[in-house]
Amino acid sequence: MVNLEEKAKEIRRLIFQTICDGGGGHIAASLSIVEILTVLYYGNILMVNPGNPTDPERDRFVLSKGHACVTLYVILADKGFFNKEHLATFGSSNTILGGHPDMHKVPGVEATTGALGHGFPFGVGMALAGKLDKKNYKVFVVLGDGECQEGSIWEAAMFAPHHKLDNLTAIIDYNKIQAMDHIDNIVSLGEIVDKWKAFGWEVMEVCGHDISQLQSAFKKLPFSTGKPSLIIADTIKGKGVSFMEHSPIWHYRMHNDEEMKIACDELGIDYSG
Amino acid sequence: MRNAYISALYELADTNKQIYALVSDNGAIVYDKYRESFPERFINFGIAEANMISIAAGLAACGKIPFTYTISTFLTMRAFEQIRNDVCMQKMNVKIVGIGAGFVYSNLGPTHHSVEDIALMRVLPNMVIFSPADQLESRKMTFASAKIEGPVYLRLATGGTPDVYKDDYDFEVGRGVTLKEGSDVTVIGTGGIMYDALQAVEELGVQGISVRLVNIHTIKPIDKEIILKAAYETQAIITVEEHSIAGGLGGSAAEILLENNKTPLLFKRMGLDNVFPSGYGTYGEMKEINGLSKDDIVNQVKNIYQRKKIELKGL
Repeated sequence: MVNLEEKAKEIRRLIFQTICDGGGGHIAASLSIVEILTVLYYGNILMVNPGNPTDPERDRFVLSKGHACVTLYVILADKGFFNKEHLATFGSSNTILGGHPDMHKVPGVEATTGALGHGFPFGVGMALAGKLDKKNYKVFVVLGDGECQEGSIWEAAMFAPHHKLDNLTAIIDYNKIQAMDHIDNIVSLGEIVDKWKAFGWEVMEVCGHDISQLQSAFKKLPFSTGKPSLIIADTIKGKGVSFMEHSPIWHYRMHNDEEMKIACDELGIDYSG
Repeated sequence: MRNAYISALYELADTNKQIYALVSDNGAIVYDKYRESFPERFINFGIAEANMISIAAGLAACGKIPFTYTISTFLTMRAFEQIRNDVCMQKMNVKIVGIGAGFVYSNLGPTHHSVEDIALMRVLPNMVIFSPADQLESRKMTFASAKIEGPVYLRLATGGTPDVYKDDYDFEVGRGVTLKEGSDVTVIGTGGIMYDALQAVEELGVQGISVRLVNIHTIKPIDKEIILKAAYETQAIITVEEHSIAGGLGGSAAEILLENNKTPLLFKRMGLDNVFPSGYGTYGEMKEINGLSKDDIVNQVKNIYQRKKIELKGL
């Protein structure tokens, strides 16, 4: 049995190293979803097989907030979907690992995302196909909170309950920060729980960095038969690196040498300069 | 064209259980038979085109063959990024069926006139574009769409457009059809306006001008050879389309001619030149108001023919 707390720490280190190797990336957004993906991939929730990544019976995972893809890359590499050596090539000219994930290039990536508001309805389509085919697979989609400003999210949010897609689970990475500022300073999501409930979703709120809360939520799926489930995961953008946490400027910014030392120290990476 | 499409779709759905009809609250009555026969394979998304396209891509990722359908402007324009990223970029087997090509929705006004859709769809990698001239081609293209494993845009007029083809013919994806041979001028057209072009060309024949008429039913991949051959042999080309002259059939022809160094003496694109469609009324009236009637084609051909004679004298 994998120690999920330790695994999450390892994933954070790998994310940081991968983005440093690549010379840039969405670090803070990637750190925000570490526990969510760790529990999904290592906690016997998402049933996928690295040896047969296109098994028709597999569960599907879609990262609708595609800019956080390094977390997914690190986990897929660690799980054996592709060789770990690829991580060091992130963002370079001949890599399979770009700044947003490409389903034609990266084994285990189910959907090419990057433009916000696309992956979620794409995942709804996969869940609908599962229902139409009477298959038992489940679909999980992680979306950003800022992404919920896109109208297409709400079109799909209306569609999924109408079709009773209880094989679908959306997880909102609720870190409350978007590219330029705190969401509430730009266009507030308001009563986000009530909004999704009003659209017909069964909603559960958890701490998105608490492994046991996430496990317990995932084990209760579906929250209600005949309804899609939504987990609002309360998270911290930049989680694990003190100066990035809660700070909007770190959406796409690289640290200097001094900050690098602090980050490595906090993440437990041996800093050799 | 629409009815030919739906009856072909019905036949396809009858034999292939992966085929789904997806609509965005459009298709009352015409889809009735399909809905009765295959209720589990008919999904109405309501008025949410972008959602329909993304979900269609997700369905295709799981082996379904969705034929998405609504008015062309809403489908290709509202959902453009969904078509680009979710369908074309991921090479999903989704069919985009837009109805109301050109001015077909005449009196409904310019919000419903689809005159930029070819340009938009043409720039998308992996996309195949079909633009049928009549019911027969519409039927053939529906079957061809199902055979292609990947994105297809099918640009349909709506109601009863007159037949261009009197007899059946061997349809081939990407291969234009010479509807009439001629040596003085070539008219290259696409879509429902082929009927007007055919009438114009026949009238010009009576007047002693030999006009070749080429139907480009597949706009992408386009038949380069038929266009280059026309340039070489007739030296004067007019393109006709119910579309903006930028980026559509005329734009495609211009690109091909220049890049292949076979520019004709004279070249003219008929269509909308940097304007939205004007006027209301019937479909026929719309074509008149917007310079795309049979008489407009006749006049443009005469004009280019006169210029050609002058140019040739000068050589």
